[in-house]
Amino acid sequence: MFENILQAVFGRLTLQDFVHEPIMAGAGLSMVGALILAIIGITFFKKWKWLWRNWITSLDPKKIGIMYLIVSVIMLLRGLADAMLLRAQQVLNTNGELLNSDHFQQIFSAHGSIMIFFVGMGVIFGIFNLIVPQQIGSRDVAFPFLNSVSFWLFAAGMIIINMPMVVGEFSTAGWLAYPPLSGLEYSPGVGVDYWIWALQISGIGSLLSGINFFVTIIKMRAPGMTLMKMPIFTWSVLMSVTLIMFAFPILTATLGLLALDRTLGMHFFTSMAGGNPMMYVNLIWAWGHPEVYILVLPAFGIFSEVVATFSKKRIFGYTSMVIALVAITILSFTVWLHHFFTMGGGADVNTFFGIMTMVIAIPTGVKVFNWIFTMYRGRVDFKTPMLWFMGFIATFTLGGLTGVMMSVPALDFQFHNSLFLVAHFHNMIVGGVLFGAFAAFTYWFPKFTGFTLNETLGKFAFWFWIVGFFLAFVPLYILGFMGAVRRLDHYDPSLGWQGLFIVAGIGVAIICVGVFFQLFQIAYSVWKRKENMVTSDPWDARTLEWSTNSPPPEYNFAVIPTVTTRDAFWEMKQSKKKPTEPEYEDIWLPKNSGAGAIIGLLAMTFGAAVVWHMWWLAVVAFVGIVITIIIKLSDDEPEYKLSAAKVAKHELKTKLKLQEKTV
Amino acid sequence: MSRAEELVAIHEKKTLGFWIYLMTDCVLFAALFATFAVLRGATAGGPGGPELFDMPFVLIETIILLTSSFTIGMALLGSVRGYKTQTLVWLFITFALGVVFLSMELYEFMVLIGEGHGPQQSAFLSSYFTLVATHGIHIAIGLLWMAVVIVRLWRHKFKKTDVNRLALLGLFWHFLDIIWIFIFSFVYLIGGMA
Repeated sequence: MFENILQAVFGRLTLQDFVHEPIMAGAGLSMVGALILAIIGITFFKKWKWLWRNWITSLDPKKIGIMYLIVSVIMLLRGLADAMLLRAQQVLNTNGELLNSDHFQQIFSAHGSIMIFFVGMGVIFGIFNLIVPQQIGSRDVAFPFLNSVSFWLFAAGMIIINMPMVVGEFSTAGWLAYPPLSGLEYSPGVGVDYWIWALQISGIGSLLSGINFFVTIIKMRAPGMTLMKMPIFTWSVLMSVTLIMFAFPILTATLGLLALDRTLGMHFFTSMAGGNPMMYVNLIWAWGHPEVYILVLPAFGIFSEVVATFSKKRIFGYTSMVIALVAITILSFTVWLHHFFTMGGGADVNTFFGIMTMVIAIPTGVKVFNWIFTMYRGRVDFKTPMLWFMGFIATFTLGGLTGVMMSVPALDFQFHNSLFLVAHFHNMIVGGVLFGAFAAFTYWFPKFTGFTLNETLGKFAFWFWIVGFFLAFVPLYILGFMGAVRRLDHYDPSLGWQGLFIVAGIGVAIICVGVFFQLFQIAYSVWKRKENMVTSDPWDARTLEWSTNSPPPEYNFAVIPTVTTRDAFWEMKQSKKKPTEPEYEDIWLPKNSGAGAIIGLLAMTFGAAVVWHMWWLAVVAFVGIVITIIIKLSDDEPEYKLSAAKVAKHELKTKLKLQEKTV
Repeated sequence: MSRAEELVAIHEKKTLGFWIYLMTDCVLFAALFATFAVLRGATAGGPGGPELFDMPFVLIETIILLTSSFTIGMALLGSVRGYKTQTLVWLFITFALGVVFLSMELYEFMVLIGEGHGPQQSAFLSSYFTLVATHGIHIAIGLLWMAVVIVRLWRHKFKKTDVNRLALLGLFWHFLDIIWIFIFSFVYLIGGMA
């Protein structure tokens, strides 16, 4: 009787689920401890109201972007800690003394899922929010409230994926959770459910955000900015969100089907009753391959801005850059099968996907050459963003070449599931996406703070990163050739792999030093910010976002600029015309709304409730979401007016401040 | 941009955004259709489409849903001209037709489950139930939305934004109709053939 009531209330949650082995318990406790400290700190300094008014309820894309970045940085540290544990295990090669195989599997599953969904996606959405509206000369995104919902769904997913550190366990089925291993039969616990609902909730956020930015770019560009006058970064975002619109619904469907298998006992991907596990693999990669381009296209855009700005030249081959972006976008849907040539699709199927994979390397190669030609005969200024760019060219080309190697089906049968593959995609995603994000962070940091990051520390960070990176991943290529498979928690010492694993481990340690320098760089630069104060255009840049004040006012542009050429801001600076006295107008901005955060909180509750089979709570949370949406949507979005006089006053104030700075 | 122009622009953005949402939904259904196509023959020794589907029943369902697409069009016409009563009456008829459709679908599911042919029996039935039920859930969301619109119109005067919203609801409803036509053709007509 008592047990029945407990089960009705708590589902399959028992006290035993809070018990963890020492390493995980330590991580969980420190996470909870940090959270409690943060709450005490906020209460002590009486910052709750400030937090609520200025951040949690804010619909300003600049603030939402910063929140995305904060979450991503925290998750990057978590993912890095996971990577350190994995490498430590492989270096020591003990038999479960550091990590037992179950814990090892949980860690590599968490590492991959977190790095892609909560670092990669978080970083690109952060940068979209911060840069896109400014770069196209707009005051806001198309749907400010939807933007807030997207962020809070992302945050909800982030919390769910971290819950296993405190209660229950995480998936042991890898970052893409292939069935039948991820099915009920072989993973009866809560791990895969945590994985499903963390990704499902944040994935819906990503999809909504993708729609939002698509409409923003299509409908809200400054007058005169035709599609072919858009900065390359905006083009890359447009293509990236197009991919999101086509790919993420497939993820939603696939995760939904896996959830139905696991929760309602259906037979989509089981190995009995007609289920077809390979269909899952096809579906997940029909999303998964475009996903890597969703992440890397914005990085391409970032590097296009960085290399043009720091070479003091316009980007080489603008039109071919755009064509290459569009080509990659289309082709990225024709290559998914190269992730599993070993499926047994037959020679003809494998040949098609092999050739398409080689074809997609062509537009990417075009871009690499364009970047290099942009530098050619330019006045190149080797600031930190430029170093990240150079590092990117080296790592990305290496990764690209190994990618083309694997696109040959006959070779792929050797590389499949080996550490060679692991080295390849880390080359692409770390060397592409992460280096892009670091370049963007250094490049656009002064835009939002008014001061630059310390150059010396940035250079230290870069050199530790790049050296560590090659030390960490080149050995994996070699190990892959030697037959080491991925996800290996121990190996026979007689194989002679330990030396290479030790080198890789040292590489990770050096990367950690690089990360330390990055964190130190931020702290130091904030501390000494008086010394690094800059005007609104510190890099002599080319695109519109630099024409506003740094940091930009809430409304971005007091007067919406009119665009006549590419590199609009550069042309404005070049033209000898005297700026006319601006005519200010009333500006309407969205009012803050807490509904986004409430929906996020309820979605998190819903996800956790379904994971633990607390059905009553799931129903309550779901009904809560529906009611919140109805209340919010049945009225027009409230806006407030900033009168022209107020705008003029604010602009004058910043102008005076700026003069003070330059004197 | 003047305020009036801005308001028009806001509406345009919403319309474009909603169209794009519909297209993403279309991709979601495409994934489910593909799943159904792959698993159609995977009956695991259980019954397949020809033995299970009651075609005349499904035809009536289809006619009801298609009629509701016509009636919501009438409601929309009324709203554009500002006829409140006409809009409300047609919306109410659409709502009723939607409820009948959904009830029939649920009844069909109950009969199948009652005979022991639930979604757990085979991969074919899993994919059938999931595809059709996903459409049904969309219909339910549409009905909820319609109920909110009806209550609001009943209580308040017509606003320009109300007409815009109703147009989006109309889009959603027509979209579900098109999806149903595909379900009718692929799942019932082709899937029901021996």
